[in-house]
Amino acid sequence: MNDLLVADSVSKSFGDFRALNEVSIAVPKGSIFGLLGPNGAGKTTLIRIINQITMPDQGTVQLDGQPLKPEHIRDIGYLPEERGLYKSMKVGEQALYLAQLKGMSKTEARTRLKYWFDKLEIGDWWNKKIQELSKGQAQKIQFVVTVLHRPKLLIFDEPFSGFDPINANLIKDEILQLRDEGATVIFSTHRMESVEELCDHIALIHKSNKILDGKLNDIKRQFKTNTFEVGLQSNNSEAVIADIKNKFEVLPATFKNLNDDIKLNVKIDASTSSNDLLSFLASKAEVHHFVEVIPTANDIFIQTVKNN
Amino acid sequence: MNHLPLIIKREYLTKVKNKSFIIMTFLSPLIMIALIAVVAYLSQLNNDKKRTISVLDESGFLKDVFQNTENTTYNNLDDFSLEEAVALVKETEGYGLLYVEKVDSLNEVSKKIKFYSEETPSLTVISGIESRIEKHLRDKKLQKDGVSLAQIEAAKTKVDISQESFDGQKSSKLDNIIKLAFGGIAGYLLFMFIIIYGNMIMRSVIEEKTSRIIEVIISSVKPIQLMMGKIIGTSLAGVTQFAIWVILGGVLMVVVSAIFGIDLAQASAPQQELMNQAIEAEGAQAMAENLINAIGNLPILNLVIAFMFFFIGGYLLYSSLYAAIGAAVDNETDTQQFMLPILMPLILAVYVGVFTVIEDPHGTVSTVFSFIPLTSPVVMLMRIPFGVPLWQQGLSLLLLIGTFMFAVWFAAKIYRVGILMYGKKPTYKELFKWLKY
Repeated sequence: MNDLLVADSVSKSFGDFRALNEVSIAVPKGSIFGLLGPNGAGKTTLIRIINQITMPDQGTVQLDGQPLKPEHIRDIGYLPEERGLYKSMKVGEQALYLAQLKGMSKTEARTRLKYWFDKLEIGDWWNKKIQELSKGQAQKIQFVVTVLHRPKLLIFDEPFSGFDPINANLIKDEILQLRDEGATVIFSTHRMESVEELCDHIALIHKSNKILDGKLNDIKRQFKTNTFEVGLQSNNSEAVIADIKNKFEVLPATFKNLNDDIKLNVKIDASTSSNDLLSFLASKAEVHHFVEVIPTANDIFIQTVKNN
Repeated sequence: MNHLPLIIKREYLTKVKNKSFIIMTFLSPLIMIALIAVVAYLSQLNNDKKRTISVLDESGFLKDVFQNTENTTYNNLDDFSLEEAVALVKETEGYGLLYVEKVDSLNEVSKKIKFYSEETPSLTVISGIESRIEKHLRDKKLQKDGVSLAQIEAAKTKVDISQESFDGQKSSKLDNIIKLAFGGIAGYLLFMFIIIYGNMIMRSVIEEKTSRIIEVIISSVKPIQLMMGKIIGTSLAGVTQFAIWVILGGVLMVVVSAIFGIDLAQASAPQQELMNQAIEAEGAQAMAENLINAIGNLPILNLVIAFMFFFIGGYLLYSSLYAAIGAAVDNETDTQQFMLPILMPLILAVYVGVFTVIEDPHGTVSTVFSFIPLTSPVVMLMRIPFGVPLWQQGLSLLLLIGTFMFAVWFAAKIYRVGILMYGKKPTYKELFKWLKY
């Protein structure tokens, strides 16, 4: 078993509304798994089922090869999208309390908290109340509390919201480090650039159904359109463009370049190789720029959701 | 994993360490004592007020009726016309003018008496005057019929029925007063406790929702554990507060009455009236003895045990409902529509307790309401001092516990769904739907 978490055809209804319809996902050990989808797609419901906050109507969820049971909450660290802390409670007390709820002993929690507070340089907040901290500062505490008990599985729902770019980067690095130390991460977000940066695997949920999943690179390969971004220079650009248009499907392109006269997106069919295109272009004009267009996670997201 | 002790501890400590809680705990008894002292002082002041009442008796039948008392001076006006008398009273700012028209016979006097005053006269003054006149006229009429004053005096009889139950237990009027006091205090205490600390639980649930910590917590503990932890923790804080109030209040009461010499008992006029009757009937000497007897006559053991069970049962039942309300709404203003169904039975219980139980502790209404779970804690607690068969207490308690379990199940359902619902003000229909999630 290489998958830490396997959800098998999980369904959940609230009254007449079907929030999840036979959704299956498999999260490989040591991966960062992006759980994507528009608002109201059912992501949070799935996450809550994994956290045993709600029970599925049908389907099973297994963690490390065992069906989910109450003891598993020790193995999961969850940072919900709707998150907060007791406002009038002191930072240290609160962190200790939440750590103990996750099954840590008080002394162990204290040691681990000291480590994290030193690491994030927030040691002097210990006796402050949450209401004295800024939103970003409170988020840091929240992050520490989520990862404190060294869970096997970390679930982050929009972890970067409320952080400035510096702190967002800091948290991103921490997430990557936790992954390198062996944790598996489920990552739910709307920010596609962070999906691009972090995720190895993704699953896309739309209108309660899973409509796409797999390795991010595999999916990109699947979604590529054999289109190449080309920048050419020629004294006779109109003729060159006409020649290319005769042979290939051409779209206008925009990219930053110093002095290209001709900027095009050229699409080739399956029988043509990129080398064929390149030699054809080289025979017509001077090639300055030649890049395969790889669909971004953003493109894939929008395209898939629109088609469904 | 059992996190209940941890949650109870946190709930208790946050409540107890809360500044406003601490302030309320120590300030409330002070305010209460100050209030009682002020009321006592004012009512004394009121009693001390000197009044002058002028009497213009044209009939002449009411001579010598009005003797000056400590607070009231009667000023007999002779040879004044009504207009002159009114003008005089106005001028001298007297309390009022009692005017008796000129009549020929004793029988007509009673219909020809008027009282003139600047403001509406106090009820006690008027009824005092009325009873004096009544007594005087009765004596006069009887004397006219040939009964001597001594005979009238001798005819006065005081009846004091001594009560005894079939199994030989003696009791007295004082017993009933003591029973009422015990029942009333127990019932009222529970009522206050539910209102104050039920609200506190509700607010604490709402706080977790608005601060959005709930989802973090709920991923570690079962909602029902969190709910029970909240209820128990808050209750313990409540018991702490109540204990401090009782101790502090008691100490302050002694100190204040020692310093100011104000008889605080005077503040509670109605009870005092009853007490006075009792004292009158039996004399002050026997009074203390009877008081001890009366307390001794109470089913103390039954009272204490029943108090504990009904208090805890009733409180838990209501507080789980409060917790459910807190979970269903987003902020305190939205709680109104759900509060009514909770407050109604509670208020009803107190009304039944105060009006029906006193009148007839074992009547149909009292009995029925002491079985209905939402009213039974208050009503039963008020009934028990009057002696309620054990099977009735047991049955009522059983019903209460059953309802309590149902309420916890119901509240836990609402709670489980509600705490994760943000931004919507649910309707009753939606709440019902949540039960099926």
